[in-house]
Order: sequence, then structure tokens, then C-alpha cells
Amino acid sequence: MSKIWLIIKREYLTRVRSRTFILSTFLFPIIMIGFIAAATYFSVKSVETQRIAVKDKSGLFKNQLKNSPAVSFTFLDDVNKSNYRSKGFEGVLIIPNPEEVPRDTSIVLISEKQLGMATDDAIRKEINSAMENKMLLEHGIDSKVLDSIRSHSENSAFSFQALQVKGSEVKKSNSGTASIIGFASGLLIYITLFIYGAAVMRGVMEEKMNRIAEVMVSSVKPFQLMMGKIVGIAGVGLTQFLMWIILILTITTTLTAFIPSDVMHQVQQANQNMPGAAGPVSTMGNQQNYKAMAEVLNSVGQNNWFLLIFCFLFYFVGGYLFYASLFAAVGSVVNEDPQEAQSLMLPITMPIVLSFIIMANTISNPSSSMAVWGSIIPFSSPIVMMARLPFGVPGTVPYWQLGLSLVSLVVGFLLTTWLSGKIYRTGILLYGKKVSLREVGKWAFRKS
Amino acid sequence: MSVHPYFARVLVTILQIAQLISFMQNILEVKNLKKYFATQKAVDDISFRINKGAIFGMLGPNGAGKTTLLRMITGIFYPDSGEIVFDGKKFDPINDSVGIGYMPEERGLYKKMKIGEQALYLAQLKGLSRNEAMKKIKVWFERLEMQSWWNKKVEDLSKGMSQKLQFVTTVLHEPKLIILDEPFSGLDPVNANLIKDEIFRLSQNGSTIIFSTHRMEQVEEICNHIALINKGHKILDGTVRQVKQDFKQNLFSIGFESEPELKNGEGIFEAVATKDNTLVVKIKEGKKPHDVLLYFLNMGIEIISFNEILPSLNDIFIRLVEGTPMSREFREVGTASR
Repeated sequence: MSKIWLIIKREYLTRVRSRTFILSTFLFPIIMIGFIAAATYFSVKSVETQRIAVKDKSGLFKNQLKNSPAVSFTFLDDVNKSNYRSKGFEGVLIIPNPEEVPRDTSIVLISEKQLGMATDDAIRKEINSAMENKMLLEHGIDSKVLDSIRSHSENSAFSFQALQVKGSEVKKSNSGTASIIGFASGLLIYITLFIYGAAVMRGVMEEKMNRIAEVMVSSVKPFQLMMGKIVGIAGVGLTQFLMWIILILTITTTLTAFIPSDVMHQVQQANQNMPGAAGPVSTMGNQQNYKAMAEVLNSVGQNNWFLLIFCFLFYFVGGYLFYASLFAAVGSVVNEDPQEAQSLMLPITMPIVLSFIIMANTISNPSSSMAVWGSIIPFSSPIVMMARLPFGVPGTVPYWQLGLSLVSLVVGFLLTTWLSGKIYRTGILLYGKKVSLREVGKWAFRKS
Repeated sequence: MSVHPYFARVLVTILQIAQLISFMQNILEVKNLKKYFATQKAVDDISFRINKGAIFGMLGPNGAGKTTLLRMITGIFYPDSGEIVFDGKKFDPINDSVGIGYMPEERGLYKKMKIGEQALYLAQLKGLSRNEAMKKIKVWFERLEMQSWWNKKVEDLSKGMSQKLQFVTTVLHEPKLIILDEPFSGLDPVNANLIKDEIFRLSQNGSTIIFSTHRMEQVEEICNHIALINKGHKILDGTVRQVKQDFKQNLFSIGFESEPELKNGEGIFEAVATKDNTLVVKIKEGKKPHDVLLYFLNMGIEIISFNEILPSLNDIFIRLVEGTPMSREFREVGTASR
């Protein structure tokens, strides 16, 4: 017991102290926040009003195109393709007269340089809404009536609500937020499996290639060596996640405290007005943001946050343990050639990628039989089940399914660890021999 | 004739004590050890004993089964059948690993780890407490002039330096049985000598050493007992002196004042080779060295040296492994000199 503890400690400490760990732990949040900040900054910065001259031959759009921070429209009759620049415009919008012969109905925007997606979108939006207004008016709908309808619909008497009813229990269903939470946690587990599974594999390969394995197994059992590494790296992973959460929270709170409120306001404005250039922040305004957040909290609240967090941790650890030992087994079989690792890894990476695909489907249809079985079989359950859970327990995921999934994951990881242990024991001491998958299978299933 | 029961009992007790003493003298006893792999019989029915304090040479060509045998002795492999007795008790791979220090042929260290930490880690895995390990590492590092290495990383060491470190980590916990597989590979003569001296010192302090190699000159220099293994079988076992005696071919080299004529000596010996002023003769069955000397004395030829030529282990090794006759080049034991 104390030996495996020594191994865990070494695996953990050497990794946590390594330069790559420190760099990735600190740089990742900084780069991420920096990227978001830069994207936001440029989206604000790029709100340079583009002056567009409009030559409206149809006469239908006069005063219908509204100015915005992205574009300002000036209606001129004597403007054309060749003289708009000398008049001081960035571009010219030529609206043809539909009654003219030959009939031409395409509105053309001419500019010397690319005006950017934000400007394009703003112009398109303005034209569309002008057209819409015009058509409504043509059909006898007054613009005042139209406005009142518009304002009504936001707080209207009728709104769409999906309800999940089971017996006497009625729940507000919110598949949008459930999908987001499901996808995010599934994705997180997917990424973790790859990053830390590969770390286990590399660690084992290092021991084999540097010829430490035989020295080690003369002091400890191969199984202790393997488990020590797996547990140690799990600790590294959890440490890194914790550090990222803490760092991201600290940096964002300090940053928002330092950003002047008018800049924040401008950011929100820019985002509201330019859906195309919204950047990674959010396309929603502040109020809408809060509303959405509240909705998320609310809808998940019905699903029981406690259960969700417990399950996340369970599938996170269980999935890691399930796959880490398999990665260790592959690492032990590989010889000097990293190419070999690629092909041997395939049987492990395939089910992970496949579970990700099932997960993506699960979100749109969380009760399909593929989703149900995918969330029970331990090869895919950590990823798929996490995508189903936010849709509701026991609504979408009955208790028996959750229970079966949890139990089969535990049984599954005990089984993979046991089989991998047998492969590992033979593999780490085998030098200079290329091993086929069939041989590996023989090692796994022979009697010890 | 009947033996008095009292006498018989005393005899039995004496025999038991004798057995116990001989038993106590063995640090390791291997009985009918077998390990078969899918494709080959790696170790097929090997038995031997190693006395306490011996330096035991385990010889054999590549693929003979040495490594498999050593892995069973160190508890890395379980034998398919047979028994290993370590220090008087049935070998227990988990608890007895503390009493064994194994330096495998395929050896290495964690490249990114600092030397001091590495030694500390491996010593702790052998059951030493941190403090004990620290003390012992300091003593060893001082003796081998490695004190300044503590904070270096293994990847910054030369091959010879890391071999030295590997040796230290193998013997640090003062094991009763030290197993060294090709310990001198990668060492320059100076460091090889240093390690050789340490091996002798450890042996004098009571450790038993198994020394596996195919470098015969090292075996002759270091070992007092050898076993030769080929194709999974033990084909030879004994003290170095005894083995040489067993394989000698009654060859003698005789030094003369002047170039001798190559001629056979009338039923006493057969001339085999001549070089400079030396004649190598093979004494015929039933004759003695004495007869050869008398022959030359009677002829009135002055002899200035007379030496028995014992086969080198290398020759014995090659002869046994390849089944080829011994080479005609002999190394002389006790060179002729004037």
C-alpha cells in the first residue's frame, strides 16, 4: 500500500512540477480570456460607421433604411459606381427600378474594399425589414398596428411552453438549455478521456522505452505500477481543472472590475447590432443574458443540481478509469515506433469518437434506443449519459437506466483494468518485438 | 550386524545438523525450475545452489534463458513449476524483493527526474524510510564522488555516469542477494574498475552476487562459481577452478633456450604447436607431466619453463555452446619467463 502511494506521489509531483504543466495551467485561461477580450475589442473597434451612398431608382426605400453604428445611409440621386469615392463614401448601394425594362431586381452593393461581414449584415437586415414593412403596408397593415403587434408579442398572452407531464408531476421542459448543459459536459468528458488517457499512455511508453520498467517491477508489482500511474495522472487532471476554474473566475472578475462601464455598454451595443460580428462573448444583451441564465438555472434546478454534479464526477472518474487502463495497456505494447502507437490506439479511440457522435445525436433525441443503449454500455456511457441527464431524471432517464449505467461502468472499469493489467504485465518487459493485436488479445485472456 | 539405536539417533541428528548448516549456507536454491512460453521452453528444469557470499557467474549465449531465470529469481515472473528457496525459506516475491537488488540488462532511469530524488524514490520502494535512504545515499555518493550530482537530471548525465547511478540504486538498500546483468556494459575501464572493486567490497561484507554476462574474461576475474546455461538447460555448474580442471586437455607449454624442433615424444606426448622458443605438447593418456620432463632431461635439452595450459572459460563456453572443438589458440596460465 505504501509503495503504490509512493508511485502515485511521484507520478503526481513530477507532472505537476513540470514546466509544461505550469505553462499549460496558467497560459490556457490567459490565452482563452485574452482571445475573448481581443475578439470583443476588435468587434467594438470595428464599429467604424461605414458611409454608404444609396441610389434608389425605385424610390421605395426612401427613409426606410435606418442608420446604425455600423452603417449610415445617404440617399443621393447623382451618385454612381464611378463617383461615390470622390463624394466620400465607402460604398454605393444601387437599387434598381423594378418597373424598368429590362427588368432587374437585384440590389447591388459596390465598394472598393471588402466592407466586412458586420456591414453586409446590417445592410441586408435593413433592406429586408424595409421590404417587409413595405409589403405589410401594401396589404393594408398600418405601421402603427404593426408596431403594437410587435411590442405585444414580446409580453404576449400566448407564449410557447413545453411541459413534461408524468402522472401528477408537471415540469417545464426546456430542451434548449438541457442540450447545452448535456453537450458541454459530454464534450468535457470526451476531451478529458483523450488528454489524460494519452498522458497515461505516454507515461507507460516512457517507462518502457527508457528501460525503467524492469527495474521497477523488481520492487513493485506491475499492477501497482500501472494503477499508481493512472491514479497519479487523475490527480494531475483534477488539479489542472480546479486551477483553470479558479484562474478563469479570478481573471474575469478582476477584468470586469477594471473595464469602464461605457466600454461594457458599447460591447453590448455592438453585439446587439451586429449579429454577424458577435464574437464569442454572447449574441444576447445583458438582460437577455440574465434571463437565459435564470432559465438555465431554473430548468436544471428541476433536474436536481446535486444529482447532476454527482453524476458528472462519477462519469468523469469512471470514464477516465475505464479508458486509462486501456491506454496504459497500449502504451505497454508499443515499441520504439510512435507510428505503432497510432495504429494500436485505434481500437480505443474508435469507441470514444463513436460515443461523441452518439452524444451529438442524443441531444436532439434523448430517448432514442441508440441514446438509451449508448448511455448504458460502459464504452460510451460516460459521454452519452451526461448528455441525457440534463433532460431530466426520472423523466427522460428512468432510474433503472441510470442505475444500470452506473453499475455497468463500475463493472466495466474493473474488467478493463483487470484485462489491461495482464497485457501490461507482459508488454512492459517485451523489447524489440512488434506485437500484433491478436497476440495482445491472447495475453489478455490467458490464465495467469 | 545391528546398529545401536542410540548411535543411530546421534547419527541422524548429526546428519540433520549438517544438512541444516549446508542449507543455511545457501542464500538461494533453485529446484527444477521451469518456464515455458508459447513458442519455446525458456527455462527447462534448471537447478542450482548459491552459497552465501559467493560471486556466482551465470553464463550463456543470447537467448539461453538467463533473463527469464533471473526474472523468476527476482519475482518478476512466476515459474510454471519448480521451487525457489531464498535464505532458507520459500521465496516470496512480494516480501523478499527487499532482500534482492536487481540490475537488469535492459535498465534505465526516469530521464526528467533529479538524481537525488531518483535514488531516494527507488530506495523507498525497496522499503527504506526517507531518512535511512538519505543517509545511505550520502555515503554512497561520497564514496563514488557523485555528491555534486544531486540536483542534476538523468538526461544530463553521460552513459557511464548513469550506469554508476544505476549501480548505486541497485545496492543501496544493502540486499542479501545482488543480481547484476551485464553490469559493465557502457562503462569505461576506470569506472568499470571502480564498480568491480565495489562488487568485491559488497561480497566481503556478506552480500551474495549473481553476475550474468557473456564476457568471459570478466567472469574469470570476478567469479568463484559459475553455471552455464544454454537453450533453457543448465549444462555446467561448478567452481571456476573445477570447471577448468574438468575441461583441461593435458596441454603443457615448454620453454627452451632455443627454437625446438616440432616432434612427437615417443608415446609420451604429441607436439601441438610451436611458437618462438616454446613448444605446446599434449600428454598422452596414462602419462604424466613428470614423464615429459624426464624425456627432455634424458635428451639433454635444457628446459627453462614448464606450464600447464588450462582452457579459458571462453573456450569452454564456445565448445559447449557450439559443440565445436576447442580453438587451437591457448592462453597460458602462468607465462613462461626467463
